[in-house]
Order: sequence, then C-alpha cells, then structure tokens
Amino acid sequence: MADYKPNEMMTIAAARALKNDDVCFVGIGMPSAAANLARLTHAPDITLIYESGTLATRPDILPLSIGDGELCETAITTVSVPEMFRYWLQGGRIKVGFLGGAQIDKYANLNTTVVGPYDKPKVRLPGGGGAPEIATSCGEIFIIMAQSKRGFVDKLDFVTSIGHVTGGDSRQKLGVKTKGPTRLITDLALLEPDPKTKEMTVVSIHPGVTREQIQENTGWPVKFADKVAETPAPSQKELDVLRDLHARTARAHAA
Amino acid sequence: MARITSLAEAVGAAVRDGDTVAIEGFTHLIPHAAGHEIIRQQRKHLTLIRMTPDLVYDQLIGMGCADRLVFSWGGNPGVGSLHRFRDAVENGWPNRLAIEEHSHAAMANAYEAGAAGLPCAVFRGYIGGDLPRVNPNIKYITCPFTGEKLAAIPAHRPDVAVIHAQRADRAGNVMIEGVLGVQKEAVLAAQRSVVTVEEIVDELPEQRSLNACVLPSWTVGFVAEVPGGAFPSYAQGYYPRTNSFYKQWDEISRDRESFQKWMKDNVLDKGPEVFAEHVRRFRTAAE
Repeated sequence: MADYKPNEMMTIAAARALKNDDVCFVGIGMPSAAANLARLTHAPDITLIYESGTLATRPDILPLSIGDGELCETAITTVSVPEMFRYWLQGGRIKVGFLGGAQIDKYANLNTTVVGPYDKPKVRLPGGGGAPEIATSCGEIFIIMAQSKRGFVDKLDFVTSIGHVTGGDSRQKLGVKTKGPTRLITDLALLEPDPKTKEMTVVSIHPGVTREQIQENTGWPVKFADKVAETPAPSQKELDVLRDLHARTARAHAA
Repeated sequence: MARITSLAEAVGAAVRDGDTVAIEGFTHLIPHAAGHEIIRQQRKHLTLIRMTPDLVYDQLIGMGCADRLVFSWGGNPGVGSLHRFRDAVENGWPNRLAIEEHSHAAMANAYEAGAAGLPCAVFRGYIGGDLPRVNPNIKYITCPFTGEKLAAIPAHRPDVAVIHAQRADRAGNVMIEGVLGVQKEAVLAAQRSVVTVEEIVDELPEQRSLNACVLPSWTVGFVAEVPGGAFPSYAQGYYPRTNSFYKQWDEISRDRESFQKWMKDNVLDKGPEVFAEHVRRFRTAAE
C-alpha cells in the first residue's frame, strides 16, 4: 500500500465525491485542491466555478486566491461578481458547493467569523465571504475539514452558514429547499447526515484510523452508522496527480 | 468628464476626511498605489467599504485612516489572517474599528443597487445564520407577488470609489478586462471616483470585444496613470499576481513595529513611481 498523509487521504476522498457532470462552486484551499484533483483524475469534464466569476475554469496550478489570473485565462468566460452571485448562485445553477470552516457542529453548521463573543472576539476570523448563500443556494454541500476538538465543537461561537440547523426538518422550516451538507470529509472519516435526525454520522473510516481516534477529535458524542465501511486507500495514481499538482503550485507561488 | 491628473492630485481632490470610500478589486486590479497615496495624504476617519479587505485595507487600518469597515471577507487570501485588521478589532490598535459585516452576495447586490440608483438591495440570503443578529442593517422584505421573505440591505453609495484598470484613452474612457469584480458597480454607485490605470493610450484597442467592460469618461472622476499600480495584485495582460509578497506580508504585518517600519520605508518615504519598479521584471520578461 502506498505511503500517504492523512491530509492527502482527506483531499483524495473529497475528490472522489465529485462526479464528471457536477457543476461545483469551489472555495479556496482544500476544496480547490480536491475539486481540481477530481478534474485531473476521474472527472475531466467537471465544471468548476470560483466566486471571482470564472466559469468552467481549468487551472494548471492551484490558485492562491479566489481570483488568480490562471482561473480567468482558463475559464470559458468570466462574469462580474454581482452576476456570479445573482444569476449563477442565487439562480440555482450550481449543483455542489464545496466549503470548509474553522468550526463545525454535529449538524454541519459552520463558523468562519469569530472565536469567542462577536463584540469582543478572542480570534477574529476572516468572515463568511460567499458561504452564507453558498450554503443555501447550491443543490447540496460538501464540507472538507481536518478533525480536531477545537474545530469540531458541541456549540459554535457563531453560525456563519447553516447546515442542518438544529436537525430534523429545521432546515426546511426556514424555507430552504436545497439539501444542505450531504457529505463531510475529514482526515479520519467520511460523515453523512442521518436521514431522520440529520446529525452527521460516520459512514466510512479511513484505513488505520480507529473509532476512538475519531471520538477523541470530536467535541460531541460521535454517531456511527450501523454499517461503517473502510475508505479505500489512495491509489498510486491519485497520489501522483495530487503531489504533482501541489509541486507545480508551490513552484508557481514562490515567484 | 474624467480629468487626467497625477495620482496625488486625484486623491487630494476626491478623497476627504470622514468620507465613505470603496476601494475595490476582487483579487485582480487592486489599487494598491492609490491606497498608499491615501495613507501618505493622511486621510482620517474614513468608512472603508470593500468585499475582501486584504492587504491594502490592512495597511489603511494599521495606519489609522479608518474608523469603520463594511466588508464580507477580511483575510490574506490563501495565506491566513490580516494581522492589522485583527489587532484593530481584537485590541483597538491603533484605534477602535467599528465593523459592519455582510456576506459577499449582500455586498455585490448592494453595489449593484447603488449603481442602479435604488435605495436598497433585495436578495435571497442570510437564511438561518447569525450575521443578521449582529448587523442591524440586515433586514427583510416580503415579495408583494409571492410572499417570499427576502433579505434587504442598504445600497452602497460611497462618497468615492477607487479602482485600478488596464487602460484609459486620452478622453478618460476606462477599459477593464479579466476578473471584473464589482469595480464598474462601485464607480457608478459613488459620487466621485479615482481610477488608476496601467497606461493611458491614444485610443482603446480596436480589437476589443463589442461587449468590453468600459466606463465611459462621463462616469469617471479622475484618471491617473500608475504603471504597476495594482502590485502585488495583478493586471491581466500586464503582470501576474506576486503571490510571494502576500506570503511575506504575513511576517511584515505580524507585529506593530515591523509593520510601521515597512510602511515608512515603502509608503511614507516613497511615491507612486515605485510601482513601475515592482513590476519591471515582468515587463522585461515579456519583451
């Protein structure tokens, strides 16, 4: 079996979740790595959209920012930011939104705003950006986040963007018609919402990871599905493509 | 009609103490040279609007130019925190900074509403989250036709918009290419505007798209030629983003003293002509 890091497993597992015919709204960082890995492996025709307005972009390296020139040059067209958010996101033309966050709770609500009280924050984070509307306007949401007690918390300090709110049908009751978070991909496991309670539930554990490890890195009592699979280990091809992509990117960003 | 002037003259005439200023550019075409000129002219008590307050606002905030920030994402893209912004919010240094926080969709809609002369922006947003709890400018409106509850926020109507573009012609018609962001909307929403450009040309390129993004000269206040004026951001067709500087900024800005020293050496003691130097290596490479 190939040697790999937990972060590589996470990115590869996230890439596998994307399909060739998906239209995906991509956030910067790990979502961008996963979405481009999908495009460079099993999903060559996937449509990737970045909030800078670049539609169907095919970057050779990962962008450092959401609007690098590489995204614009390889896109089918680039629209203004108001058009991006009005016609494309709010208009319901995006199937999958890919998000990350600083904190997540068991219903996959996300915080990227503050740690501590809003008026006197312990840590002021960058804020929501596109996330509040991505979370409700995309057909479904995939979340990629490394697991830790600091990040996987019982109660968020601030709800920047909603997932399944307080569980059950609470999301629909707010008038939201989209599915919300259908997959949470971590460095330890894959989680999906319980069909009824909507609590994020472990459905697959990455090779070599234990249930205890998952619990130790989660701030609430973790639910495991009746049948928990083992995530297939990264293939050599997946690892090679991902590592090449990161190497190309590092060289370009050093310039 | 647009007036073609020096950057110092443009900022001196258009940006006043206490103004609401929108310096825009979504990753691309960020008017860093104009931001530095505002700092050199020591403007105070500004309300700064920007979707993505990144390095240029970190600098304005750290130099004490701003009382208030209206924004939707305040970070160093792909790198991490904005240390001067955080120091202002977390510790009130160099002064307390009031914040009005939105989402990107809200900010983009508010610029568009400002450009369209509407009092507010209406959109489907902010559902279920905490931002409406901490921002009293987020309200709701009921669609008179369907009964759907929609979010509403005030239109952005800045006193002055500041943007950077690739080129203007001698009449002051400004052409923008690539990632367009909200620059056109910001200029049309503002009372006054300052546009820096890579170059002033006799005529806009003849081969331009029939639908090119052009701000006609009668919609623009001041145009100043500042080659390299977006550095370390980029100007499509002229020079790429200097990603390494964004990474360096993390170190420079981390503590107050190294920040102040950098600002003195690179902004206060310099002029807009240094920006051409910053991007010269790309120009030489292209030739």
